Amino acid sequence: MTRQKSHVVDERTRANSSFLIPNSSFLLRATALSVSAILGTVIAFIVISGVDALIKGRGLSLFGAVWNSNAGHFGILTMIQASILLAISSLCVGWCLSLGCCCVMNGLAPSFVANFLNLILTLMTAIPTVVYGFAAVFLLVPIVREALGGTGFCWLTASMILALQGVPTMTFIMDGAVRTITAETELTASALGMTRAQHLSRIVLPIARKSLISAAILGLGRAVGDALIPTMLAGNAIRFVKTPLDSMRTLTAHISLVLSSDIGGGEHLSLLLAGALLLTFCAVVSLISRRMMRRSN
Amino acid sequence: MRKLLLVMLVLVMAAAAFADPLDAFKDLEGTLDIAGGTAHIPVMTQAAQDIMTFNPKIRITVAGGGSGVGVKQVGEGLAGIGNTGRPLKASEIEQYGLKTFPFAIDGVALAVHPDNPVKALTKDQVIKIYSGEITDWKDVGGNPGAINLYGREDGSGTRETFTDKLFGKGELSPAVNVVNSNGAMKTAIAQDKRAMGYVGIGHLDSSIAGVAIDGHVPSQENAASGEYFVVRNLFMNTKGEPTGLTAAFIDYIYSEPGAKIIEKSGYIPLPKNN
Repeated sequence: MTRQKSHVVDERTRANSSFLIPNSSFLLRATALSVSAILGTVIAFIVISGVDALIKGRGLSLFGAVWNSNAGHFGILTMIQASILLAISSLCVGWCLSLGCCCVMNGLAPSFVANFLNLILTLMTAIPTVVYGFAAVFLLVPIVREALGGTGFCWLTASMILALQGVPTMTFIMDGAVRTITAETELTASALGMTRAQHLSRIVLPIARKSLISAAILGLGRAVGDALIPTMLAGNAIRFVKTPLDSMRTLTAHISLVLSSDIGGGEHLSLLLAGALLLTFCAVVSLISRRMMRRSN
Repeated sequence: MRKLLLVMLVLVMAAAAFADPLDAFKDLEGTLDIAGGTAHIPVMTQAAQDIMTFNPKIRITVAGGGSGVGVKQVGEGLAGIGNTGRPLKASEIEQYGLKTFPFAIDGVALAVHPDNPVKALTKDQVIKIYSGEITDWKDVGGNPGAINLYGREDGSGTRETFTDKLFGKGELSPAVNVVNSNGAMKTAIAQDKRAMGYVGIGHLDSSIAGVAIDGHVPSQENAASGEYFVVRNLFMNTKGEPTGLTAAFIDYIYSEPGAKIIEKSGYIPLPKNN
């Protein structure tokens, strides 16, 4: 399926470009090269300024656990912890939901339910993140506050919404693989007298294992990188999180909050370091997921 | 008929254009650098944008740095206008020959949910609450329940005024939830019956309730009269009497559209020479 799709896309781009300019392979290559060069420069810039911040900020304990701008402590350790916890928790919930959705769409439910779910998930991909955050501030936060106490702006709320937001992407990646494998093995499975559920759980899912994992890795990258949802929902207090009802500040939320700081100050250096950490993490994650995708194909 | 209306519309627009304070910038060109206080930035940036859109030959740059940087840069001639969130010290005026222009009052109000019975606190209580010593509403005369603390991010002018006037260099509790705008603060407090936070006085309305500190009630009038004390003036400073583009910019801040920008940024505009 994936291979077919990429083939179609290839053809479409080729058709489009040849429609625009007759002999355009040189132009295309040049564009691709310059775009990668620009991207490379941006990445190099962020990583270098992160390292630079570390060197300049020796006296500011940037990797420390204390943030107290009056006393000159700009530690982002609590934010690293928050980012990791939020990403992993929302990924666990989101991945399980996605697997469920994928199974429902591939034979565990009548086709009208599957179609309906497909429609909803497609719609969900079109909703901007800020809408999830905004709706949750007015709908989910008061519920959490009344039911469980605290302010409602906490790890739990943020991870629930972040999980929900990641479901469509992960589901569609899983669905692509599962659909292809189902088609390939359907006749054999029927010949062996398997029900659809047995076919799905015993044959299709084990074969699609790599796609399931790469969906998780992609989801992890997105969960770590999202800034709006934690900024709006996680509370942003700077301290280590102990319970799901604690307020937390992730690296991404930190960047979006402290953006208007003075250049060269401790706040600014902490932003550069946070940016470099996030970029490195997301780059590693997406490299891993690409390699896995290629192998599974 | 329609043509007549159109002509009239054009005339009205032309008249409006004639009365526009931006006209002062028509024949000017050059660069103006502004540096200093961060609370000033929204006002300065918006005014600069209006002016540069009106006359693209003018370039105005706005940088932060804090009040100290503002004084230093304008005094050493690195910036045309140096902004401060505090009055100039006598030594600074003497050393650099600075002239100062207060243009806005930045007041910050402590706020709670309208249903909260606590509508007055002492300064000492506020400090203890924000430093994490008092954590329950029953200790300050309210209904029992944890105090949900909200604050603003590092670098926020509202936070700076609030902490400067109340805490000095005291340490804030790490349990403070951080929101990134006066609007988000209002939303958080309006929804949370156990909330305590602070907003620019211009943002107080019926959705949240201001809290008097030591008997001083936060309101626009009290901030303007000096009765409410969690306020500071915002100043523009120039080296000697301003001329040319610098003078025009300062006049624009004091003009009617300037006052609108100041109000939109949550501050109270001040008239010139006051």
